[in-house]
Amino acid sequence: MTQSSTDIATPKINWARVEEADNFAETVKLYRQGKYDEASFRRFRLQHGAYGTRMTSDYAMVRVKLPAGEIYPKQFEKLSQLSEQYSIGSAHFSTRENIQLHWVILEDVSEIFRSLAEVGLTSREACGNSVRNVMCSPLSGVCCDEKFDSTPYALATAKFFLRNPMAQSLPRKFKFNFTCCEKHGMVRMVDVGLVPEIQQINGSEQKGFKIFLGGGLGNRSFVGHQLEDFTPEEDLLYTSIAVMRIFDRLGDRKNLARNRMRYLVNDMGWEKFQNLVFKERAIVRATQSVITRLKVDTTPNKIKRPLKISDETGSSAPDGYARWLKTNTIKQKQSDYRSVFITLEAGDVTSNQLNALATLIREFSSEGIARSGFVQNVALRYVHEDDLISLYSKLLQSGLAKSGALTMTTPVGCSGTTSCNLALTNSHRLAKEIQRKFLELHLDEDDDLTDSSIKISGCPNSCGQHGIATIGFFGGGGRLGKDMYANYQMSLGGRYDGETTLGQTCVRVPAKRVIPVILKIIELFKENKKPDDTLKSWIHRIVNDSEDSAIKSINDIKKILEPLIVPPTKDDDPDFYLDYGSDTSYHTKTGKGECAA
Amino acid sequence: MCCLTQSVKITSDIDSVRSEIRDNSIRVIDVRREGDYKQDHIPNAVNLPLATLLSDDSPENVLKLVNSMGIDDETPVVVYDDTFGALASRVAWTLEWIGHSNVTLLETTYSNWKSLGLENDSKTPEISNKDHSMNLQSGILATSDYLESAKTRDDVILIDNRERLNYLEQHIPGAISLPYRTLASNDKILRSKEDMARLLNNRGITGDSEIITYCGSVGTLSGLAYYALKSAGLPNAKLYVRSFKEWKNLQKPTVKQEDANYWDLSAE
Repeated sequence: MTQSSTDIATPKINWARVEEADNFAETVKLYRQGKYDEASFRRFRLQHGAYGTRMTSDYAMVRVKLPAGEIYPKQFEKLSQLSEQYSIGSAHFSTRENIQLHWVILEDVSEIFRSLAEVGLTSREACGNSVRNVMCSPLSGVCCDEKFDSTPYALATAKFFLRNPMAQSLPRKFKFNFTCCEKHGMVRMVDVGLVPEIQQINGSEQKGFKIFLGGGLGNRSFVGHQLEDFTPEEDLLYTSIAVMRIFDRLGDRKNLARNRMRYLVNDMGWEKFQNLVFKERAIVRATQSVITRLKVDTTPNKIKRPLKISDETGSSAPDGYARWLKTNTIKQKQSDYRSVFITLEAGDVTSNQLNALATLIREFSSEGIARSGFVQNVALRYVHEDDLISLYSKLLQSGLAKSGALTMTTPVGCSGTTSCNLALTNSHRLAKEIQRKFLELHLDEDDDLTDSSIKISGCPNSCGQHGIATIGFFGGGGRLGKDMYANYQMSLGGRYDGETTLGQTCVRVPAKRVIPVILKIIELFKENKKPDDTLKSWIHRIVNDSEDSAIKSINDIKKILEPLIVPPTKDDDPDFYLDYGSDTSYHTKTGKGECAA
Repeated sequence: MCCLTQSVKITSDIDSVRSEIRDNSIRVIDVRREGDYKQDHIPNAVNLPLATLLSDDSPENVLKLVNSMGIDDETPVVVYDDTFGALASRVAWTLEWIGHSNVTLLETTYSNWKSLGLENDSKTPEISNKDHSMNLQSGILATSDYLESAKTRDDVILIDNRERLNYLEQHIPGAISLPYRTLASNDKILRSKEDMARLLNNRGITGDSEIITYCGSVGTLSGLAYYALKSAGLPNAKLYVRSFKEWKNLQKPTVKQEDANYWDLSAE
């Protein structure tokens, strides 16, 4: 408590409305008394960011939004407390800069809202048919390749649409991703993706964006299209409103499986959609009042290196430091500073670690906040080079010093059967198993593997973003005779950078064979790579039919992997028929999804 | 009667405890381990480590311990610990059980007391024995047999105060989950009355019911919950003091949240 008064940064925007807590509590009571019908209640619950939980209506998952990924020390402390009080003693970073509390009793959700309001956070419109959390690259503001920091624009966009009547009942959810540069990506697989750009117009520099529309991952995934060369910043809001109005008007409200905007764009054809956006934007521009504008606060954050109580310069680096430095940190465009990424296991973080993160921000981040990343992780930025050893020592004490955050060894895994109604497999645990094994093998230190990624979803719906992974997996059930086992469809060659592409399907891999199969692919790569190749570039050539070594196609890889994926009989290998984290025979079992609510 | 129980005092605030210590008008019990107590404690506090109590918590032995701490029927007692009030609650409840009505919990933990810079010392006070009467309050105790029959009644609510994952894994059929961490506020062992009442009310835990609390083994976490209920004006509470450990040993039925791998979502 006492420390917060000395925090370098405190929340600039209060996202919360405490009265929503009372309203939620009252509505839950009415619902339990049968005075609120199931469908309306579900819609209400989702609009407030409380998602359903696997096989039960007693619990919810509360998805707390971190707009632009920003999280302050006080907010970490509050989330730590909430995870112990109302959840399972851990919280979970999602792939979209939310932090989630799982297995919360529905009647306690309003208490969480009340506490979140104390630190300015909300879960409002984190689920449902609304504008979901507005993302921003964790490197925005520090990236060497960016034209300018898009964070203030991400925050302003989030602020404009949160609780905005026009965004309360869209045909389906709607997502904005801002980034720093094309390389760090994630702008072409989202409804609206934005890359900051600068153009010289009449001799002066004009800020603006390169905007991509109509991308998205799901049961069917699409890559977004670039709207125009350059969209000046004054047109950012008008473009956003225009796109949402078109989606609202023409989006598919009947066919629940095809109601994301990407289907509309695909059905209509890009050119037609693009023209519609231009026309609609002209109307918006001509009819909006002057008060309809983004309030972009570009006041730079205060950068102040925290004072050190004890001088630890000259202390020797603990074991593992060099490996961690290489695989978890990035040099910033500001000299002498680095951004430090914390390795989590599939985004999970304990209440103690959340508290530790609050302290570490105060002690080490010269901007006084942390940023959630694209891959279920969190970054401390503006850490002075001279403080890195000391930070690493502190991370060791909190169990947060694992290496590999920025490498393939930290896979994304959606929550899977740990809490999701739709999941078919325990993708979450599989991601952790891969990470543990690959760190043990020191694969994080292999330069050939750093720019590759592994992403795992527990069903075809892509929350684990498998479609854009170098090696992606989505879960399903396999069968030998009457015996079932967890089985993953593997895809290869997905990317989410400037050349965003969706992976191509390869083979189905039983859960208990995923690790050997990935290791086999790495082995093949090592045998066939060219001197400058990374796994990513090698696979990219294969999926584009431009590889000239022994392995030329996905089919060639398939043939080699096939012997590895043959299911043994249950008598020969009973463990094969158990999914990770389970001691009973595997069966696919799902409840009702909430995508369409 | 009803009005008296409504206004019952559950915790003692720091300022009044300090002044009562100066007046020597209360008995303060420190329930931490002997070693910790010997290092330093609230001035004039006596030490009753929870383990000492639990080694024999028969009414006769408890009475002996109470007498040896110089407590008679009229002595106001304040109990504290360094474990968010749970151990202190178990001791306070035991005193209440043998018939000592004037017992409260210090509103905060010893660590917090010290971090506020409040007085402490390492002296062990000289105590002369007192003579407390025995007036067993069996109404605040739930045994497994009692629980088994009470559970079937509509007006009984059973609360499990263990952590959520333990509850999901296994609990007494019909129990609802209220993890002990939920009961505290930032620097107090219990939320304010208003906050507590709202939390419980949202859960449908109201004064119309008899409420039984349990936890993992010896009734500490659930002891805190027992006092949390009373603090919110719900006096009709009982502690299943032998808790889930006994229930399982007796091989009574338990239930589990099926078809979900929630343990794998934990970062522990």
